Amino acid sequence: MRTFSYHRVSDVDVALAALRQPETQAIAGGTELVNWLKEGIEAPARLVDITGLPLAGVESTPDGLRIGALARMSDVAAHPVVRDRYPVLAQSLLRAASAQLRNMATIGGNLLQRTRCPYFRADTALPCNKRVPGSGCAARHGDTSAQAIFGWSEHCVATHPSDLAVALAALDATIVVRGEAGERRIPATEFHRLPGDEPERHTELRAGELITAVEVPAESGAEHSHYLKVRERVSYEFAVVSAAAVVQLSGTTITGARLALGGVAHRPWRLGGAEQAVVGLSVSDRPALLAAVAADFGDARPLPGNEYKITLAQRAAVRALQAA
Amino acid sequence: MTTGLTRPDGPAKLTGTAHYAADADTSDALAAALVTTTVPNGRLTALHTADAEAAPGVVRVLTRADLPPLGELSTPPLGFPVPPLLEDTVHHEGEPIAVVLAETWEQARHAATLVRAEYADVTPAVPFGQAEDVVPHGGLVFGETDESKGDVTAGLAAADVSVTATYTTADRHHSPIEPHATLARWDGDQLVLHSSVQSVLFAQAALAALFGVPPENVRVFCPFVGGGFGCKGFVWPHIPLAAAAARVTGRPVKLVLTRAQMFTLAGHQPATRQTVSLGATSDGRLTALRHTSSNASAQLGDYCENTPHGSTWMYASPAIETSTRIQRLHRPGPTPMRSPHEGPGMFALESAMDELAHELGMDPVELRLRNEPEVDPLTGEPFSSRKLVECLREGARRFGWSERNPEIGSMRDGHELIGWGMAAATMDSPRSPSSARLRIDHTGHVVVETGMQEIGTGLPAMVQAVAAETLGCPPEDVAVRHGDSDFPPHTGTFGSMSTMGLGSAVRAAAESALEKLGAEPGDPLAGALAEAGLTELESEGRWSPEGGGMTRGRTGGYSIHTYGSIFVEVRVDPDLGLLRMSRAVGVYAGGRILNPLAARSQMIGGITWGYGQAVLEQSVFEPNLGRFLSKNLAGYIVPVNADIGEIDVSFVDDDDRVASAIGAKGIGELGAVGVSAAIANAVFHATGRRVRDLPIRIHHLLP
Repeated sequence: MRTFSYHRVSDVDVALAALRQPETQAIAGGTELVNWLKEGIEAPARLVDITGLPLAGVESTPDGLRIGALARMSDVAAHPVVRDRYPVLAQSLLRAASAQLRNMATIGGNLLQRTRCPYFRADTALPCNKRVPGSGCAARHGDTSAQAIFGWSEHCVATHPSDLAVALAALDATIVVRGEAGERRIPATEFHRLPGDEPERHTELRAGELITAVEVPAESGAEHSHYLKVRERVSYEFAVVSAAAVVQLSGTTITGARLALGGVAHRPWRLGGAEQAVVGLSVSDRPALLAAVAADFGDARPLPGNEYKITLAQRAAVRALQAA
Repeated sequence: MTTGLTRPDGPAKLTGTAHYAADADTSDALAAALVTTTVPNGRLTALHTADAEAAPGVVRVLTRADLPPLGELSTPPLGFPVPPLLEDTVHHEGEPIAVVLAETWEQARHAATLVRAEYADVTPAVPFGQAEDVVPHGGLVFGETDESKGDVTAGLAAADVSVTATYTTADRHHSPIEPHATLARWDGDQLVLHSSVQSVLFAQAALAALFGVPPENVRVFCPFVGGGFGCKGFVWPHIPLAAAAARVTGRPVKLVLTRAQMFTLAGHQPATRQTVSLGATSDGRLTALRHTSSNASAQLGDYCENTPHGSTWMYASPAIETSTRIQRLHRPGPTPMRSPHEGPGMFALESAMDELAHELGMDPVELRLRNEPEVDPLTGEPFSSRKLVECLREGARRFGWSERNPEIGSMRDGHELIGWGMAAATMDSPRSPSSARLRIDHTGHVVVETGMQEIGTGLPAMVQAVAAETLGCPPEDVAVRHGDSDFPPHTGTFGSMSTMGLGSAVRAAAESALEKLGAEPGDPLAGALAEAGLTELESEGRWSPEGGGMTRGRTGGYSIHTYGSIFVEVRVDPDLGLLRMSRAVGVYAGGRILNPLAARSQMIGGITWGYGQAVLEQSVFEPNLGRFLSKNLAGYIVPVNADIGEIDVSFVDDDDRVASAIGAKGIGELGAVGVSAAIANAVFHATGRRVRDLPIRIHHLLP
């Protein structure tokens, strides 16, 4: 590990100025960045500790929910409004990581975690365009079991691991970021990038920018929402596939739905077609729901070895709809 | 005897004052970091160390040419039969090629990334299954590679019902919490090692032979091991490398393997492919049993996973045939891992027995009861003690097996199908010499010293209990000192052998003390010493199996093994391919149980370990890169608390005075055996899917 200097800041503008220096990275909970430092994925010269910035609040307003980027995962999950009115959000947080990690990790940091692709995470740099641009993608023709079925490119087949991001996508949330040029607002569905030919650009966050908040619109239907996480190990494990569903119901008839999948692409995968197609269906009509979801998998391109994810993701989506 | 003994070492562990190898004083020590190969084969043609040597804090970078000449040594005690630093030919990815020595661990690790190696003649690594099966040779072959009795072909032809199926198990890594760590310090030609090892005796003997000094010149300390499971049984390259670096530099050297290096430099349980054929009469009596096996092995060493071993004594078949082979591949060297041989092997045999029971339309417990042998079916020799029938009956009773509806998919709860499955378990009982010294002072306080390491199983409590029982004194009057090669030797904390050997040796030492005092058990010791006019009394006790050295279970005209039964309930969500174990009942016969509390804990850990084998653990060998892909505990997943449902453990009465002087046998590895088969059998009962490949993952269970 390279030696680095460490600075604490308590003002957002000071933090942004510090982050404009070369080879500088922000550290908050440190549950992810420290992994990168130890594995040699990142080797910054300077770390700017932003945990002293006034960005840890959770506010509930008539417009919705504003979650500060530095709010801890455990605090957000335990917030009464989140628990009562946004179950999908609380569930996505509580089904992530471990209690110890959730007590440290922040909302902004959670969104900035990087893929769990084993080639990216290796003890030494393997051919991986995310880790060393231009080095190739060993996963493309290697162990594909955990890789993407949507939106991958020949340069990268990784998925994004954040559970929270999937819930935020289903909630039509907005990621608020700030940089030298001021504030930008990025839809949660677009914050993470599909790899294309620049897989090293993991998100839309630009150099020198910080996430300051996540905004979730006031959304009556979020009371009927659910986050389903499918994983081999019951706890402390990333999703093989996950599904976030937000449903509006009239009796048992679906009048509106938003559906996002995790573990299938390098961004939360909204099933816009399925959201339309399930309207008018009975929430207990599993075959009809499955057909509606499956019809929205036209873009799915499984890799040899992860075909099972198509079946799994479709069923997970239906299960989440029914549980919402 | 004593019930529910708590551990004398517990408070030290709980408060962080128990000393592990890397805790040894290092104020003047250099930190060492290994540089390893990044290719699986070919030749090392150049090594560029200048950048590393110029890095901050670096004192020296050692390559092969810098090492002192080292003596020849076999496997075991070596884990892998090559010099500790590669010279030319690459045997596997992750093999040491240089040692960076620096003032701090961080400096050494960073500089190690600056060493550049060049290779030639690198070719794709041949995957397991695509190389030739060959007969293994040498010290890493445990037991016979081929055994037979009767005519299996005729037995299968004569059978009313027969099954033949192929089963596979995955590459698995031990993954103890504490990585390997060694601190080496030379004083002239005296070497002191603090090393996390499962045998200070092996380390002492190996280092003495390698460095050409008498064993008494090598002192090894290891009171506590933070988990081993087999990966610290043999001597792996970092131990001689730390000693060599200390010798070359004249300073103490501390070498701690990284988690990633634990995946290539300390062994693993190799992938196996096994085929079992069973023939039976329509009333369920076996006519033939054939079990053949092949495992992924390394280029050198011929480590053999003798999976069919247990099949040679398990059931009363008139015809038995087993063979085990290896494939020599460019992979790190495998090593025994809890539970070696029978662990992967009983998955195949006990799955096949379930398949046979299904074909026969017979209850799987009943099938096993009908094939209970009176004597060892291979050798005709008597069993020292065999309580498998009792284990099966008691397990069935505790589980409620009689309520089982044999119909597949007959139990459902919401989204979940429920299945009940069972398997029998067995482990060989290897045994080895051990010794202990016992001292009683004028206050009646007792100290027992032995070279044993406390590896988490509770051996100090066992030593305390046996000494107290034999002397007839309260256990708290007995202190146990352990893990120093200057103490009387104990072969090693592996192979489920320690309680038998060490317990018998402690008992002998205590009996000898009483004899010297002319005292009876229970006599106040302080008074007995005063009467004898002594202020202190010392006695030694030794124990060894017949022949004086390490033996396997078939020794001295007896067939010595441990037995058990495991019954599980699984819940399968067929929609999502999810498998959970909601309930397990294990009943074991492992000789006399000295400490029921520790024994129960051991079996709970074993069943959990078996669940890992069944459902989670798999080290993916990356075909194109020729390496284990994920060398960390995020990519190699082991069970967490939430995975494990209710576990009910019990023991049947057993007392095996053939196996050891104290009636005990080893149970450390027994609990992990059979769990994977019971789970696979329960999955079949729930879903009708017969999964023959471990671990059972989501994609196996999605219709």
